Amino acid sequence: MSFISYLINGLSLGSVYAIIALGYTMVYGIAKMLNFAHGDVIMIGAYVAFIGMSQAGVSPVIAVAAAIIVCTLLGIVIERVAYKPLRNASSSLAVLITAIGVSYLLQNTALLVFGANTQTFPSVVSWGGITLADGAMNISGVTIVTIVVCLVIMAVLITFVQKSKPGQAMRAVSEDKGAAQLMGINVNATIALTFAIGSALAAVAGVLLCSAYPSLTPYTGAMPGIKAFVAAVFGGIGSIPGAFIGGLLLGVIEILGRAYTMSQLADALVFAVLIIVLLVKPTGLLGKKIQEKV
Amino acid sequence: MAMLEVKNLEVYYGVIQAIKGISFEVNEGEVIALIGANGAGKTTTLHTVSGLLTPKSGQVIFEGEDITKVPAHRIVSMGMAHVPEGRRVFAQLSVYENLKMGAYTRKDRQEIEESLRSVYKRFPRLEERKNQLAGTLSGGEQQMLAMGRALMSKPKLLLLDEPSMGLSPIFVNEIFDIIRSVSESGMTVLLVEQNAKKALSIADRAYVLETGNIVLDGPAKNLLEDDSIKKAYLGE
Repeated sequence: MSFISYLINGLSLGSVYAIIALGYTMVYGIAKMLNFAHGDVIMIGAYVAFIGMSQAGVSPVIAVAAAIIVCTLLGIVIERVAYKPLRNASSSLAVLITAIGVSYLLQNTALLVFGANTQTFPSVVSWGGITLADGAMNISGVTIVTIVVCLVIMAVLITFVQKSKPGQAMRAVSEDKGAAQLMGINVNATIALTFAIGSALAAVAGVLLCSAYPSLTPYTGAMPGIKAFVAAVFGGIGSIPGAFIGGLLLGVIEILGRAYTMSQLADALVFAVLIIVLLVKPTGLLGKKIQEKV
Repeated sequence: MAMLEVKNLEVYYGVIQAIKGISFEVNEGEVIALIGANGAGKTTTLHTVSGLLTPKSGQVIFEGEDITKVPAHRIVSMGMAHVPEGRRVFAQLSVYENLKMGAYTRKDRQEIEESLRSVYKRFPRLEERKNQLAGTLSGGEQQMLAMGRALMSKPKLLLLDEPSMGLSPIFVNEIFDIIRSVSESGMTVLLVEQNAKKALSIADRAYVLETGNIVLDGPAKNLLEDDSIKKAYLGE
């Protein structure tokens, strides 16, 4: 019984990683950059929801909506101010270092505004969950909601990218920016849209993460951000289903690792798995081999 | 009035001047060839016309409108389509998806279907392979796809950059036959080619570019007979 409950908890944590990893992977696929500030957008989203619920006293739905709006705008502003001017920079290191800088900027701004004290995040899910096997197993409401939200996001996102016009534009831009422009696609707007979607998802992830693990500090986003990045690479960076599978696997490995080995080992285990996967399959589980153009 | 007028165009890459003040025009229904050696500035010229590059000075006027500073993605819906050098098809998308991408700026669903049928009619091979990924096509088929994709935007002016590059002689002939038939259906074409003989054989007029300057221009027939052209570009 306990194995199943660990597994479900792992899938739930993995769902959070998957939602964050989607942001990484979409931005990478389209702008060809690693947005290391992505994890900190999660933290900002969590703080916005926290302030909404604890201080402004609004309902969880409104608090989550506010978090999504703030993070979406934040994502667009970060891209416009910090990354866009570097898009044609000769070295891709410039934008990578800038992303790390933005990450610290967000953390320290949060430190200044919200303080260093750990806040206790009130869960946005008030439902107690379900009890199975005559009380032997309890699955919390947050756990179930997180998994369901992740599945819905995945389905919507895949349909959006495959079927909608902006989604088509994203696929074209991710393959060839110049050719996309010649099709009449506004490349800058498409990249901004990608950041907006990724950041909105980060807000959702932040709220779900803090509902399950309620301590909130300015550094809350850092570790899940890195793990979600690992998940994205694990699944094959640039691939949306890859981020999903990578995220879920990572969450399950982490929770099972914590349960059956030493809990201090869990994080090491996660990164060890990444190293092994990359040794065997450098492009990740679902990653496409990049063909060099002649 | 010319359909496309280029006036005193100067283009720089950093401090290097690639185009040194060229002027030319393309009239409705014409096939105009820009010929010249590697590095003469042919591709740069096309990129500036279609808005991928912004010139330092000079003007690009399309159908009476100054489009010098209009970004590339907005020029497409004005009626100009650019088939880039090296085809640049979307390798991970199917042939059909590539063609649909060409109609990105259009909203008239039924007319898009009609354009698709006419592209398939012109390129039967694309219809046979419509569900295949574009990256799996041969070079000649990719060139057809790139041209079909451009036609899907329903352009008035078609810019073609090195359509014969890297193709086998059979495909080269086929591509030039297609360009001719597209032109005969009323399309205005601005063609950039290293294969000067082929280009001059289908063009009405041509401009010869040499290190960023137009050194010669005139009816294509006359240029084919010109001694300096024969020597420099036709290998005779």
